[in-house]
Amino acid sequence: MSTLSLLTAVSAATPTIHTPHVDYLSILPLTIMMGGALLLMIVSSLFRKILGVGAGTAVAVVTSVAALVAALFQWDHVITHGPQVTIAGAIAFDGFDVFVQITVSIAMLLTALIGDGYLRREGVEGPEFHVLAMMSASGAMMMGAANDLIVIFLGLEILSIALYVLAAFNHKRAESGEAALKYFVLGAFSSAIFVYGIALTYGATGSSNLPQIADYLSKNVIASNGVLLGGLALLLIGFGFKIAAVPFHMWSPDVYQGSPSPVTGFMAAVAKAGAFAALLRVFVSSFGTVRADWQPIIWALAILSLVVGAVLALVQKDIKRMMAYSSINHAGFILLGVETATTRGVSASLYYLFTYTFLTIGSFAVITVMARDGDTGHLISDYRGLARRQPMLAGCFAVLLLGQAGVPFTTGFLAKFGVVGAAEATQAYVLAAVAMVSAAIAAFFYLRVAVTMYSPVGLVADPVDAHQGAGPDSTAFGGTAVGGTAVGGDASGASTVSADGLASLRVLTDDPPTDSVTERGIVPVPALTWVALAATVSFTVVFGLIPGPILDFAHQATLLFT
Amino acid sequence: MTINPDWYLGLSVVLFAIGALGVLIRRNVLVMFMCVELMLNAANLTFVTFARTLHDIGGQVLVFFVLVVAAAEVVVGLGIVVAIFRRRANATADDLHLMKG
Repeated sequence: MSTLSLLTAVSAATPTIHTPHVDYLSILPLTIMMGGALLLMIVSSLFRKILGVGAGTAVAVVTSVAALVAALFQWDHVITHGPQVTIAGAIAFDGFDVFVQITVSIAMLLTALIGDGYLRREGVEGPEFHVLAMMSASGAMMMGAANDLIVIFLGLEILSIALYVLAAFNHKRAESGEAALKYFVLGAFSSAIFVYGIALTYGATGSSNLPQIADYLSKNVIASNGVLLGGLALLLIGFGFKIAAVPFHMWSPDVYQGSPSPVTGFMAAVAKAGAFAALLRVFVSSFGTVRADWQPIIWALAILSLVVGAVLALVQKDIKRMMAYSSINHAGFILLGVETATTRGVSASLYYLFTYTFLTIGSFAVITVMARDGDTGHLISDYRGLARRQPMLAGCFAVLLLGQAGVPFTTGFLAKFGVVGAAEATQAYVLAAVAMVSAAIAAFFYLRVAVTMYSPVGLVADPVDAHQGAGPDSTAFGGTAVGGTAVGGDASGASTVSADGLASLRVLTDDPPTDSVTERGIVPVPALTWVALAATVSFTVVFGLIPGPILDFAHQATLLFT
Repeated sequence: MTINPDWYLGLSVVLFAIGALGVLIRRNVLVMFMCVELMLNAANLTFVTFARTLHDIGGQVLVFFVLVVAAAEVVVGLGIVVAIFRRRANATADDLHLMKG
């Protein structure tokens, strides 16, 4: 009785706390993804002996599909009710947000399908892979929905911390652990820079809430505010690390090479989707009024990423390293859309991210099965003669590579066309020109893999083989010369690029010629990987031929911006 | 006696610079972790200082988010270090040279 009266006295004395209204629909896909991860973790630790890899995959697939369906409901809601801000201004519930939720759900679904075969082949028991991947995906979704710098930071960390563990997932490979540690040290470093950027921005504008920052900046004309500019620069460095834009790309080749192949695909797609979503929202919508301050930096990052990514990809002999540089190149293209800071540019960037998700995860599906037991067969020369042994697999990979190269009638072409067109519309002609030259160089290294697949084994009469006399890297040597001369004329970063290129060439020529050109037999392709491949290839071709629906989707998502 | 908040901001800049230089220069992975913590705490000091000068409690709340994230990050980082350096005598970043290019 006395405690009760005490309680009532206390509750009468303290003022009531007004908790914000929570609009659960606005965070539904995110909650489903996180809930699925927690459920799988609890259930699997209770029934460890009974449940195998299949149960984890099943839960991950069901969760991703549920998140996708929830995101489609969200889309319907946003279309009818318009964009809004919920949960005390921390979450933006708009077309842009829903677009990111859909992209990440699809990426998670495809990764679950590819990961299943990988886990069975490598003999890695337990559902931790799917738990961590779903956690990471929920972080990327949070970054897409975040309307406050600190929520972006939380999303970034949920995304990254799970990815650090995923990179170390294959404990049988020493490279896996090394990749994880490199990713962790540079990831933590970039997060710390990002937080300091948030702190300075908060100090300069008096809020960490994105609309309030935009409001402050539109009302106060700041000629030269050191604190704000410092915060802006540090935020940009933090994002630069996450999207692997040059010169913040050093970690990505090692991490891409060392991580388990399905994780690399997931990392390439989801980490980029989340980081670019937050980058677009922060810079285009919040710092839109001070765009004169950040546009030149993005311009430089875009040019450097386009050139360095394309040129260094040419000299790689490991396909995962090549894909790492190719993804740096793709980041350059997406930055093109960010640099414009227009509706057209943002929608082109979103479209690029969406199509890139399919292309990169599909490519890593092929790389995963081609690596064989132990996840080791990653030399480009391992792909020699694949078309004769497994024409279906080679055909799928060829389509995905051509899509990444931006060949017409694929989604990749429309994506590149979109961002270059948006850059041209804002008179950024130098940027557009460098992007087109870089696309031409990039086409060379994608086609090199495709040609390798379609060239027969061991025939000296074959032009590619004859060219390859000394070892599998001579083509790469010739390729650098071509790339160097093509880029030398018009790029500011050409001197550093060629220096890097020479360094890696020396490494290549010092290596003894390895004879990995031998026929390696048929690689088994799990049924679920076929499903993922069929989905990515048919998306690339069908929406390359009928571009309307996805282009409209990206455009509408941009218009429904809070 | 009152202390101008600029001093705190200056201190946080110095801490942040020491942390960043440490990550870039030191080769021991554990020391690199500590330097990252120093950078995060420099950010926390900045948050608190600005919260004080802006008379806004929000900045102090943000510190808790950063603290929690820093703790989670260290747990994962130490786990990775233990997994890698279990069979080695010391935790030096220069030993990580399987992949180059």
